[in-house]
Amino acid sequence: MNIKVLGPGCKKCIETEKIIKNAIKEAGVDAVVEKVSDIQEIAKHGVFSTPAVIIDGQIKCTGKAPGKKVVLGWLK
Amino acid sequence: MEPLKNISCGCTAGEIHHTAVHRQQSINTPWIWAAIVFAVLLWITIYRQLNPFADFVTYSIFKLSPKSPLGEAVRFFIYDTPKVMMLLTLIVYGIGVLRSFFTPERTRMILAGKREYLGNILAAILGTVTPFCSCSAVPLFIGFVTAGVPLGVTFSFLIAAPMVNEVALILLYGLLGWKVAVLYCITGLLIAIIAGWIFGRLKLENHIEGWVREMHISTSEVTGERLTWAERFEHGKAAVIDIVRKVWIYVVAGIAVGAGIHGYVPEGFMASIMGKAAWWSVPTAVVIGIPMYSNAAGIVPVIQALLDKGAALGTVLAFMMSVIALSLPEIVILRKILKPRLIVTFIAVVGSGILFVGYLFNIII
Repeated sequence: MNIKVLGPGCKKCIETEKIIKNAIKEAGVDAVVEKVSDIQEIAKHGVFSTPAVIIDGQIKCTGKAPGKKVVLGWLK
Repeated sequence: MEPLKNISCGCTAGEIHHTAVHRQQSINTPWIWAAIVFAVLLWITIYRQLNPFADFVTYSIFKLSPKSPLGEAVRFFIYDTPKVMMLLTLIVYGIGVLRSFFTPERTRMILAGKREYLGNILAAILGTVTPFCSCSAVPLFIGFVTAGVPLGVTFSFLIAAPMVNEVALILLYGLLGWKVAVLYCITGLLIAIIAGWIFGRLKLENHIEGWVREMHISTSEVTGERLTWAERFEHGKAAVIDIVRKVWIYVVAGIAVGAGIHGYVPEGFMASIMGKAAWWSVPTAVVIGIPMYSNAAGIVPVIQALLDKGAALGTVLAFMMSVIALSLPEIVILRKILKPRLIVTFIAVVGSGILFVGYLFNIII
């Protein structure tokens, strides 16, 4: 599973990354977390409000830090 | 004033309360409504007691004289701090709930393909209610432009978002009355609408960095989840926790400075340097305000105190607007997508708008 966290690096984005990593640990799934902080790269993904989470090429959420429960749902 | 090295925005993780949301869903919505009505009534009751409370603490407990500078300063602080914090909580909650109806994606959809005039007006209004964090400004700009939102309309949105700030609005209402708050809101929107419109006229499309124009974004479709009322109220709560935690220190510091000015600076002192007669005071205020970057929460109590001592309303409002609407960190972020000439035009157009508002207020009030 490839998980991308998109965000230029404000507190919300850092929080998102933390939540995702915790959720992965909890779910025990095999996943690679990639942080995308370059604005140009972010835009290329078709996302314009950050933080955003993309799992295996599919946009899961934009503009907010997702809750852990929600993230666990995506990982299943 | 925040140090400028901190370019990343001040957004905190505001919306990570989804676990709470899931718990809330089991509770019936009518109960939540009842709780909110009760909370508002309680709020009003306490709010009405603040004035006698401040009198009591200052004059009866501290035994200060109402006429002494210290007495005036202390009373100002004891009255204004809880008042402003209470107003802040209530309004931020309301706006948090309101904002749950708007997302940047929806706003983009509304604005795409809109013509000038109507587009500028809509963009300015949506700019004040669409939740987005300032570090999202660049991706948002790209998203708008690539979706076919005209450049001028995009600018109306980007100018209105920081200019008409809910915290500033509350503080102006609480400290200076509803007339000033309404004037601020209307002129802020007007600047965003007109400045955006001028931008559209200038045909500056080729002053956006090349890579932005070459970008073809497939519209990202996030499944639009419908929120329940319980979730919307949860949004409001998250907004209150987020904003109050972030700004309370500025509010208290601002009121403390305001209290000092209120008690110790002689009456009419500011009239000579920030009064109506001093024509140069408006441009000076704007030039000083642009590179400054502060929370609206910290600046309004200071403004109130300055007004008290004879500063002109227009000068003071111009100062506030230039502090919150234009800032160096924002310009650094925008530089990534706009060529220098467009940045300079941006500052010049918005700055002139603020200047105009400053003079206008000084003339009519």
